[in-house]
Amino acid sequence: MAIEGNRPPEDAAPILASRDEAWEARYQRIGSIVLFAVLLVLPAAVYPVFLMKALCFALFACAFNLLIGYGGLLSFGHAMFLGMAGYLSAYGAKAWGLTPELAIACGTAAATLLGVVAGMIAIRRQGIYFAMITLALAQMVYFFCVQAPFTGGEDGIQAVPRGNLFGVLPLSNPLAMYYTVLAIFAGGFFLIHRIVHSPFGQVLKAIRDNEPRAISLGYRTERYKLAAFVMSAALAGLAGATKAIVFQLASLTDVHWGMSGEVVLMTLVGGLGTVFGPVAGAFVLVAMESYLAQLGAWVTIVQGIIFVVCVLAFRRGIVGELEAWLRRRKG
Amino acid sequence: MSISVPALMGQLLIGLINGSFYALLSLGLAVIFGLLNIINFAHGAQYMLGAFVAWFLLDKAGLDYWWALLIVPVVLAAFGAVIERLMLKHLYKLDHLYGLLLTFGLALILEGVFTNQFGSAGLPYSMPDKLTGGYNLGFMFLPTYRAWVIVASLVICVATWFVIERTKLGSYLRAATENPSLVQAFGVNVPRMITLTYGFGAGLAGLAGVFAAPIYQVSPQMGSSLIIVVFAVVVIGGMGSIMGSILTGFGLGIIEGLTKYFYPEASSTVIFVIMAIVLVVRPQGLFGQR
Repeated sequence: MAIEGNRPPEDAAPILASRDEAWEARYQRIGSIVLFAVLLVLPAAVYPVFLMKALCFALFACAFNLLIGYGGLLSFGHAMFLGMAGYLSAYGAKAWGLTPELAIACGTAAATLLGVVAGMIAIRRQGIYFAMITLALAQMVYFFCVQAPFTGGEDGIQAVPRGNLFGVLPLSNPLAMYYTVLAIFAGGFFLIHRIVHSPFGQVLKAIRDNEPRAISLGYRTERYKLAAFVMSAALAGLAGATKAIVFQLASLTDVHWGMSGEVVLMTLVGGLGTVFGPVAGAFVLVAMESYLAQLGAWVTIVQGIIFVVCVLAFRRGIVGELEAWLRRRKG
Repeated sequence: MSISVPALMGQLLIGLINGSFYALLSLGLAVIFGLLNIINFAHGAQYMLGAFVAWFLLDKAGLDYWWALLIVPVVLAAFGAVIERLMLKHLYKLDHLYGLLLTFGLALILEGVFTNQFGSAGLPYSMPDKLTGGYNLGFMFLPTYRAWVIVASLVICVATWFVIERTKLGSYLRAATENPSLVQAFGVNVPRMITLTYGFGAGLAGLAGVFAAPIYQVSPQMGSSLIIVVFAVVVIGGMGSIMGSILTGFGLGIIEGLTKYFYPEASSTVIFVIMAIVLVVRPQGLFGQR
């Protein structure tokens, strides 16, 4: 009995539709200026630790979105990159006494390497299988982290020193730490922008929309998908490595499958495949979680409900709906 | 290395038990995937729900294990059918990933609700009287309950295979898997069939939960860790055939048991390693078709 069917039916609606390029470019420019202007002054009004957490998750979600939004690949195991990079960055800063920028680079490099290995295995299947494979690989990494001696098991790596950036600027100052995180986020955000709008990004979108046609045009689609996977892993790692320095902690929570689900949810709430969606989704969910934190398992229930509601009735997400509204107004 | 036969046999037995659960759950996943093209992430939660319903029946209603074996699959099937009618039905025209996301959300809700009510600690479920004790086979001790679980799961797996591959009902199912609109044109009520199939899959997961209740503790997290391993099992087997799912499930359980004996450090990861190897050598899975 043949019940293999990882190809969607002919009438399956694609996750994304094509757009008007010039309008798009202007909208992104204005949006970015507004976003970063707000982020620059926000510490005056909002608790910096909350903002740093939200920014780390925003970068994580943007990295995840690079893969699903432009490569059409839903990874259900991105926590492995976030968590592994966090461990390496925390270990580097604490045990080897690395300065924060080197510790973060070290964590990012580890995630990149992991991305190459996991990517070579995972891109051999697509769609639903790809999601299951990434989930399983991440679970393997989780078990590795539970057992490996350097991760500290259930305790994690605690009291990681923030150190001095480039050996001079002390990051124990919350504002110095905040602007460092903001700079890292901005770097990652614009790198993703460049990737998406490069010829490479165009090929990636072509593969997402119609892989057989891309193959027939002579593109080695496997290589493009692997490259996208590795870039996404590296950026997720950058987010995780930074997060470990900010919170001075690397723990099993960040490699757990729940974290992989959370980044999917952030991107879904904000808008899959939109530029600003993952950022909006990360801020909304981090805010919700800090309000509900004392209610324990309610966080999980609310997350589940948001998943169900988003899939059934709100598939474009916050930014997706906003974009659709702007486009209607433009006529 | 000297091999201790009783210890090896003990691990093999545990492997076979785990294999029974892998087989039962991956079978349900494969049947649901065949017709609905949805990977049922809530499968683990439905398994957990089955164990909890069995616990409720015993603790609150005084209905024992044998009643649970009858009632739980029906309750879970009804629950599954309602979910299919209310939610999944609206997703068939969309990208298949949305089904995965929706059922993931359902799993989070179920797990969260039960964690809220019962905490993370497990609840004990006493073994049915008739199945306590065991047999001394000379080289090892075989507890009756474990033997029962293995035999019962085998019977259910083979019965499912028989119904799908050898009966008229099963031929409708297979036909609808290949081409739903054509089967509908022949006057078969395909939407109803889809509802029943999802209900059947959920019922199977619930039944596995009842089997698990006396062995493992009944806890809200019992499903989520298992379902990820079952996903790996499904990737290895390839969801290409019903018999393939059954064989892969039992086979991997045995391999896991052997690993626990020979190299315990790798026992939690061995299935994932096998998955990685299979993907490199034969991406479509052992029993999958391209």
